[in-house]
Amino acid sequence: MKWFDYAAPKTMAEATGLLAGGGSAHLLAGGTDLIVQLRTGRKLADVVVDVKKIPELNEIRLNSGGLTLGASVPCYRIYGDKDVRRAYPALAEVANLIGGTQIQGRASIGGNLCNAAPSADAIPLLIAMSARCRVAGPGGTREIAVEDFCVAPGKNCLAPGELLVSISIPAPKPGSGAHYLRFIPRNEMDIAVAGVGAWVEMSNGTIRSARVALASVAPTPLFVREAGEFLAGREANEDNLRQAGEMARVLAKPITDMRGPAEYRRQLCAVLTRRALEAAVAQAKGTN
Amino acid sequence: MSTQYSVIGTRPVRHDGADKVTGRAIYGADFQMAGLLHGVILRSPHAHARILSIDTSKAKAYPGVQAVVTADDFPEAPDKMVDLGEGETPLSHIRGNVLAKGKALYRGHAVAAVAAASLHDAEEAVKLIDVQYEVLPCALTAPDAMKDGAPILHESMRTKELGQKTDRVSNVAEHFRHVLGDIGAGFAEAEAVVEREFNTSTVHQGYIEPHAATALWNNDGRVLVWCSTQGSFVVRDATACVLDIPVSQVKVTPTEIGGGFGGKIPVYLEPVAAILSKQTGRPVKIVMTRRDVFEGTGPTPGCYMKVKIGARKDGTITAAQAYLAFEAGAYPGAMVGPAGMTVFAAYDIPNVTIDGYDVVVNKPSTAAYRAPGAPNAAFATETLIDELAEKLGMDPIDFRLKNAAKEGTRRADGPKFRKIGCVEVLQAMKAHPHYSAPLGGPNRGRGVAIGFWFNVGLQSSCTIAVNTDGHVNLVEGSTDIGGTRTSIAMQAAEVLGIPVEQVQPVVEDTDAVGYTAVTGGSRTTFATGWAAYEAAQDVVRQMKERAAKLWAIEPAAVQAERGVFSSNGHSITFKDLATKLATTGGPVVGRATVNPRGVGGSFAGCIADVEVDPETGKTTVLRFTSVQDAGRAIHPSYVEGQMQGGSVQGIGWALNEEYWMNPQGTMVNSSLLDYRMPTALDLPMIETKIVEVPNPGHPFGVRGVGEANIVPPLAGLANAIYHAIGVRMNRLPMNPPAILQALWDKK
Amino acid sequence: MPGKVHIHTLINNQPTDFLCEPRQSLLECLRDTLNLTGTKEGCNDGNCGACTVLMDGRPVTSCLVLGVEAQDAAITTIEGVAKGNTLHPLQQSFLENAALQCGICTPGFILAAKALLDQEPDPSEERIRFYLANNLCRCTGYDKIIRAVQDAAARMREEARA
Repeated sequence: MKWFDYAAPKTMAEATGLLAGGGSAHLLAGGTDLIVQLRTGRKLADVVVDVKKIPELNEIRLNSGGLTLGASVPCYRIYGDKDVRRAYPALAEVANLIGGTQIQGRASIGGNLCNAAPSADAIPLLIAMSARCRVAGPGGTREIAVEDFCVAPGKNCLAPGELLVSISIPAPKPGSGAHYLRFIPRNEMDIAVAGVGAWVEMSNGTIRSARVALASVAPTPLFVREAGEFLAGREANEDNLRQAGEMARVLAKPITDMRGPAEYRRQLCAVLTRRALEAAVAQAKGTN
Repeated sequence: MSTQYSVIGTRPVRHDGADKVTGRAIYGADFQMAGLLHGVILRSPHAHARILSIDTSKAKAYPGVQAVVTADDFPEAPDKMVDLGEGETPLSHIRGNVLAKGKALYRGHAVAAVAAASLHDAEEAVKLIDVQYEVLPCALTAPDAMKDGAPILHESMRTKELGQKTDRVSNVAEHFRHVLGDIGAGFAEAEAVVEREFNTSTVHQGYIEPHAATALWNNDGRVLVWCSTQGSFVVRDATACVLDIPVSQVKVTPTEIGGGFGGKIPVYLEPVAAILSKQTGRPVKIVMTRRDVFEGTGPTPGCYMKVKIGARKDGTITAAQAYLAFEAGAYPGAMVGPAGMTVFAAYDIPNVTIDGYDVVVNKPSTAAYRAPGAPNAAFATETLIDELAEKLGMDPIDFRLKNAAKEGTRRADGPKFRKIGCVEVLQAMKAHPHYSAPLGGPNRGRGVAIGFWFNVGLQSSCTIAVNTDGHVNLVEGSTDIGGTRTSIAMQAAEVLGIPVEQVQPVVEDTDAVGYTAVTGGSRTTFATGWAAYEAAQDVVRQMKERAAKLWAIEPAAVQAERGVFSSNGHSITFKDLATKLATTGGPVVGRATVNPRGVGGSFAGCIADVEVDPETGKTTVLRFTSVQDAGRAIHPSYVEGQMQGGSVQGIGWALNEEYWMNPQGTMVNSSLLDYRMPTALDLPMIETKIVEVPNPGHPFGVRGVGEANIVPPLAGLANAIYHAIGVRMNRLPMNPPAILQALWDKK
Repeated sequence: MPGKVHIHTLINNQPTDFLCEPRQSLLECLRDTLNLTGTKEGCNDGNCGACTVLMDGRPVTSCLVLGVEAQDAAITTIEGVAKGNTLHPLQQSFLENAALQCGICTPGFILAAKALLDQEPDPSEERIRFYLANNLCRCTGYDKIIRAVQDAAARMREEARA
């Protein structure tokens, strides 16, 4: 591995200063993607900036407005937090799904987002839950919807000098439910061949609104707005959920690679969308 | 049996256990030495390319670099045939695989190496070696490599046809044929015939410890090697061959070994570390990365097979035919030989023809992998047997029992079986509660299969020295991959009549112990255990002489039983007698060497329950039982461990493992993330049933149990999947997209 | 080229200082600098679990931690699991249940299992399999490992009651 310097700033200002310092700087949170990328030469760094000591990136804040998740909070703290688990069970589950136990001791949802892999497990769920990213940079902070954050495989929309501070998820609405479902050939330690994040808001057995997003079937995590729009105002019956699944099948843009043929991935989109919606609906009904 | 033996059949804690649970055991990469340099190997990015030039000047100039070597740094010794214990191989193939000369034959083929004080510096420097390649078209599967006009890997190789050398230049190294009876007449007699084509993917042994070796070209001219290997003498002999020096100039000290399964028999790193050390005067350690392991070390062959079996309505198999084309990888030796010997070995079939093709392709040179060749072959045979049983309306175990091989059955490749346990294994499967348990749900199915593997003998040496406290030191040369120190020591303890805790087994270097062949071929507990048995007998004989001396009687008048020597009212324990060695003639050291041949192999079977998700094609293994004939289980826990481990490797091979190659011959999934070996969460408990049909060719009746257990699961799962969802899978891996595709094709 | 960084840690309850390059993993520092070779390297990309250590009580794959990140952290390696000459119940249980064959994955399994049992004294088989899925074993088929963890859990519960 090529030599790089290491810095562990304690404030946002220090961090943005380091990013603006010239040369290639890469942010280190859990390191479970970055260290491998540096080792294999996929990324080169002059300096690695460890952001775990910056308070804003390391906090979990839950209040009536929703959840603010510091970008470097490791997965185990998310599912280890009773309040988060109660308010956002699907988020806790997805944090418990990324990598294995050891990876979850380090990896963060923010890192999952910044790494911008099409297969990232957390992103479709965040999109489905209407999560937003808070980004800080030389010119101040801005907010971006999660579905706009990833722009290409491995590429996010951060401008030079910017960093992801936190992710905020709206407070769960009454009668809502969310679920992420992925398909992997093994039962753990695997990359999604396809994944579906689903969120629904129910009212008297009818879906008031819904959001669906897909993993691993497009160059970026894919927000399938049409599926949610189709479901809005319809009954949550098998036919309608299946219909939403068929829309996911059609709107997915998968490729054939070692993880699965394109046609197979389309099939998974249909099946997983239906199943994820079923689970989200069940959760929504449970909270009614 | 437990009444007959006091040590054999018990489950003592292994002697090396404490070191292995506390992190003290030293494995290949753990070896440290003052002044150590780190070596890194440059590997070919192309699957098939002529090496036009190698410019190492920039790498040599990189800060910290001490040496850069290529194949040109090996001595220019003329080619010859060498026997490293597994048959004859041209030296040029062994040497060419260690560092490519002239051509790179697979992606990952070692081309050059760098030594530097820092591993990171060596890694950076190796990227600066400038190799000019002329990229050639590649051949990646046996059928493709056999086509007219296929790219030729070895221009100088001539096809051997039915035992005869020919002038034909092709990628087929050898075509052999085994014939028994009259295949035409056999099929004419058959009332039900099944025939299918099968394909299996390249898979890797998957040991968790990457290859690691340290070499020091010492100032006295000796080459000292510390490495993780299945056979220290093979490393010694191969390293000496490649370096063109006498074997006694090389001393190999085996470290602990983190898994091998056949893949740590070939040498890859040792000769390279040795020449780097020669050039620098310092010890050089080379440790492979996981990607190196996948791209540069022996996987097991992928293959194409076409198999046909016919039977009469009463269930008698009348004929069987197999066409087996196996990928050897870059150099001949595809393990199609053992595939040919085992493909129908479980059955007594009068009319058989087997054609085998050893085909070179642009993939890593294949190495042994647990019963090499047999799982592929049994995948075909046992799937067809299941299909035939269904056609005939017979229970699949009854159908197998009706045709099972027994003592006296002749295999198509010649030998007749001595006492074997095929029938007993099948009976144990039938009687097992698993076989009659309800499946309990839709999309579930149960499959069975059986398989055979040999029990090679080969050379082993052992000495046993008696200490004055009645304990003994047992010196052996078999590297211990799975508890064999203990299974060997138990056999000595049984003979000596002392607790196994009083036997201290130690695996020694090639200077300190007599020649001992590899830990492989299910031979270690069998053959080195036999050597320990004989060495212990030698100790007992000498101890009888000492007792006789004490009592002034003839040695022949002394009896030894369970550690007590007695004669006519005299009696002394082994322990007490051990205190008197100095006064009765000096130390006692027993010794033995063995070289058994042609001994009984092992049969294994499995019962597998699966559930298949018809919407995603994913298979879940619900329950799995492994049955195997151990002859005599020395340490039942470690016998079970072999059965469980082999079963799970078979499950991985069946369901998900494969080298995913792109058309350019690059393995795309060369990581433990994407090469999907089973995790703990993918499996149920693996139930075991040990069958004991003693091997008449071993003093305790031992049959090697390391390998046969991986043979049945491939077909066992294919059959279970068929019974779950009604599709016959004839291609491995049977991964979710493949199963879903098969379901779509059926519609 | 800048110099090495001075790192202060607590390793196996022993205050430990070492120098490392920022590019060196914690795994390299443990093995090559501190000669704690009980922590094994199987893949160097976080997928086999052989290099598992506990960092402030959490299991992590030390190949995916930079040595510099260990500043002020408490690290437990396999060398620190036994109490003096007394093996940890997991170590004893692995021996008695024949839960290792080649043994290369054993240190990682023991540390991961220790982290589990330290927080959950009575995990189900499914829970153990899930928790240990980041640790690959190629020899045993996991059966005896799972049994050894169950057995150790029972011993530890017994000890806790006593």
